[in-house]
Amino acid sequence: MIRLTDLLAETDGLHPDDLSRWIAAALITPEDDDGEPQFSAPHRARVQLLCTLHYTLEIEDEALPVVLSLIDQLYATRAQLRALAGAVAAQDEGVKQDIVAALTAQRGASP
Amino acid sequence: MKDPYETLGLPKTATEAQIKAAFKKLARKHHPDLRPGDAAAVARFKEITAANDLLKDPETRRRFDAGEIDAVGAETRPERPQQPFYRDFAEGPGHAAQDGFADSATMEDFLARAFAGMGGGRDQMRAKGQDVSYTLSVAFLDAANGAVRTITLADSKTLQVTIPEGAEDRQMLRLKGQGMPGFGGGPPGDAYVELHVDPHAFFQRKDDNIHVEVPVTLREAVLGARIDIPTVAGPVAMTIPAGSNTGSVLRLRDRGLRNRKTGLRGHQYITLKVVLPTAPEPDLVAFLQGWTPRRPDTPRKEMLP
Repeated sequence: MIRLTDLLAETDGLHPDDLSRWIAAALITPEDDDGEPQFSAPHRARVQLLCTLHYTLEIEDEALPVVLSLIDQLYATRAQLRALAGAVAAQDEGVKQDIVAALTAQRGASP
Repeated sequence: MKDPYETLGLPKTATEAQIKAAFKKLARKHHPDLRPGDAAAVARFKEITAANDLLKDPETRRRFDAGEIDAVGAETRPERPQQPFYRDFAEGPGHAAQDGFADSATMEDFLARAFAGMGGGRDQMRAKGQDVSYTLSVAFLDAANGAVRTITLADSKTLQVTIPEGAEDRQMLRLKGQGMPGFGGGPPGDAYVELHVDPHAFFQRKDDNIHVEVPVTLREAVLGARIDIPTVAGPVAMTIPAGSNTGSVLRLRDRGLRNRKTGLRGHQYITLKVVLPTAPEPDLVAFLQGWTPRRPDTPRKEMLP
């Protein structure tokens, strides 16, 4: 966990006003320690991503929540898929092959 | 580390704006957080970032260009600490570590198997190779008439470049699939070749037209003549009307350059320049001494008070 000042110091090019705006818009939700925001490793990585999206890829304030929301949905879906893949991987080889065969059949049936 | 210009797919002459744009384009394509299933994206993005770090600062770029630091030496600068990417956390707790069945590789394997040949999961692991760019100097007449040239790449691979008829200076040719190899079975990138057309000793190009100044003798100018005129496709016979003067402009229709879009040829414009005999001509001198013009010309009347 690091404090806001440390986050600003470690993040190249991050403007404090932008960070405040992202926090206000709940694009980043630091933990609260007696009124002082605290940033965990995932928070810091998310701030890096926001910086890349905003400063490098020049995604403007209006589009930023849309892009971020899509990224969040992608990762949420991947987490579900991961859980599913984990469950499949835990099955016997025969069951796994059945699942792959069923998926292949489904693919043949869909356009 | 590779040549940073090559990594960003830029010529050495790239402007700061071009460097920024190239980095932006590649970051959009290879940022690991935007390619969660692509294990190779981290290494690619790191390379792109390092190249950008080197070239975006004019001073380090100048030192690199001058050979004061090489691409590897530049890395001995205080390097940015290895940043974890958001994707390392985004899929919930625990997965970044090797957590048995559900670790990253297992999932990608499963997806690749389950969705082989389909878009989606498998597609994320494929990526087109990087584009590369080269510059090629082309003789004026090769550009005018078209030519095939062979260039040798850094890895001693050779590339056949077909220069189209009427190619323009700074024209960019795209050679599909001649860039860097793809990742994970993805297609190779493209090669971009920027043509630099050398100027010609006497032909000048304006759009699809060719302009040329052609000297004629006093006799040819006064009496008219049929003379050979150089064109980009070889000499062409042309009649000079009697009484032609320095500055007279004649046109050879359809003897210019072929327009890429319309397929039509431009014209050649010939500006005549009357030249006096280079050796002494006593008869001409004698004639002029005895000659009284019917109407005296005053060619400098506009220039004098």
